[in-house]
Amino acid sequence: MANMPQDAGTEAIQAKGWVNAHKWLILRRMSQLGILALFLMGPWFGFWIVKGNLASSLTLDFLPLTDPYILLQAMISGVTPETTAFVGAAIVLAFYALVGGRVYCSWVCPVNMITDAAAWLRRKLRIRGSSHASRSTRYWILALTLVLPLLMGGIVWELVNPVSILFRGIVFSMGLAWVLILAIFLFDLLVSRDGWCGHYCPVGAFYSLLSNHAMLRVSATNREACDDCMDCFNVCPEPQVIKPALKGAAKGIGPVIMENQCTNCGRCIDVCAVDVFQFNNRYSNLSKSGIQPAKDYSKHTV
Amino acid sequence: MAKPDKGNKGINRRQFLTTTLKTACSVGMMGIGLGFYTQRANALPPLAIRPPGALPEDNFLGACIRCGLCVRDCPFDILFLGQLGDDIPSGSPYFIARTGPCEMCEDIPCVVACPTNALDHSLTDIEKSRMGLAVLVDQENCIAFQGLRCEVCFNVCPIRGKAISLEMQPNVRSGKHALFIPIVHSDACTGCGLCEKACILEKAAIKVLPLDLAKGELGSHYRFGWEEKQKAGEALVTPDVEHQYNLPAGVRYDLQGEGLILDGKTDSQSPKSPFSTNPLDTLNRKQEGK
Repeated sequence: MANMPQDAGTEAIQAKGWVNAHKWLILRRMSQLGILALFLMGPWFGFWIVKGNLASSLTLDFLPLTDPYILLQAMISGVTPETTAFVGAAIVLAFYALVGGRVYCSWVCPVNMITDAAAWLRRKLRIRGSSHASRSTRYWILALTLVLPLLMGGIVWELVNPVSILFRGIVFSMGLAWVLILAIFLFDLLVSRDGWCGHYCPVGAFYSLLSNHAMLRVSATNREACDDCMDCFNVCPEPQVIKPALKGAAKGIGPVIMENQCTNCGRCIDVCAVDVFQFNNRYSNLSKSGIQPAKDYSKHTV
Repeated sequence: MAKPDKGNKGINRRQFLTTTLKTACSVGMMGIGLGFYTQRANALPPLAIRPPGALPEDNFLGACIRCGLCVRDCPFDILFLGQLGDDIPSGSPYFIARTGPCEMCEDIPCVVACPTNALDHSLTDIEKSRMGLAVLVDQENCIAFQGLRCEVCFNVCPIRGKAISLEMQPNVRSGKHALFIPIVHSDACTGCGLCEKACILEKAAIKVLPLDLAKGELGSHYRFGWEEKQKAGEALVTPDVEHQYNLPAGVRYDLQGEGLILDGKTDSQSPKSPFSTNPLDTLNRKQEGK
């Protein structure tokens, strides 16, 4: 009954049409490219809407936004930033705490487009083997990036961070950044499925920590309709988060995906021919009496 | 991290420890590599100058979050961000004086734009910024040293006359002309690099260098006698005694430049002088004698 990974989404296209089977993917790409476009309007056309980059930006000379992860590293190295940086970081923290931290990964981060492409090609080329690293490696790396500024006195991770290097490369100047990005693409394609974003990236690890109390959640509301086609597992960059919500009914686990590693990308909603998934809020999990939240049940699965 | 499920998929303690140890070791190795890379990558080449108000390099690399807002707000577009593959720490702002010097805006927009104080917001007077120090590194090729009039660096300097002054020296080659030597004064030079940009040579003879490269430093024990004397208001070693010269009566010698002084004599007016002040008197003496 299960579909092959290369066929993920085919049934959904037949059942719902191409656009409906790619709705959230299209919206995400519009979001990612739209954000890039906002930053590029200035340097390309002299029409300044947003200045700076994802590390810190100023929109319409009014709204400051600062990456709290980079700011944290700066503060660990012993810096007292300006108030605008704190305000900017607070706005970003509040936003992601509400909608889910890893919305950054799937709706903003430019590297996501690269690794999504690698994952898609990996399915289409039927590349099966994958190196086995723990998905918690990213939290170790996160800890490392927060200790190094203390030891080295500088923001060490920003020297190599592919997220900021790619974004800066596009908005400012590329240099050899493409080599690093190509390396990540090939790594995800040939070596490890969802290797970078799913196992190593400390930026995603940081933002996932903001997700614990987020309102916006994907929910397997219609999970009784699941026909075990496996398409959602095949397209999901963090497939371990799906299982408890989708298959936990017998164990009394609610249908809402409560894992902080879920990126709210909505690709599972797209590829499901029988519309099991939908965007919902965290409280929809508690509406049915006697059902526990899905949290804490899936961390040992891959 | 993982919470062992009591069911079929639970992992035992040994597996947990092995996985954790493996991950910790790999990340530790990565940390060591990253540390060494950082040491190498953070070395800034001397010709890359940080924007005005930049903290000392070590602090700057901790404070700068590589957002590029200073680059965007520079009205002269002289600032760049280091790229991957450059010698410059990736994403950090710099300018190259020879191709694009700092124009020293009075409102210092790059500093105002910085969200983290990597460019110190307490800098409000651009003339107090110290981006580097101009140094006339090549006296052999600077044409002022050949006795030619150039003075371009002196004239383009935004703190004209104070950061670079012209000092006249005798031109020994011609024996009758002067050399107009540009002298940089570190108490006024901001390191903006306008002089380096303007230098008329194929390669600039005057270059902006990072302060720690450009400046020497006197041993901390070193004292200049005349300064200490001024501070104390008197000589600290031996009291000043006027030097005694063995000179005829009525004659003094001034060491500070006046030379021999004949007291009470302003030569011609002296009644003892056989000569009149008017040379014609000497010429006409014979006739007068008749």
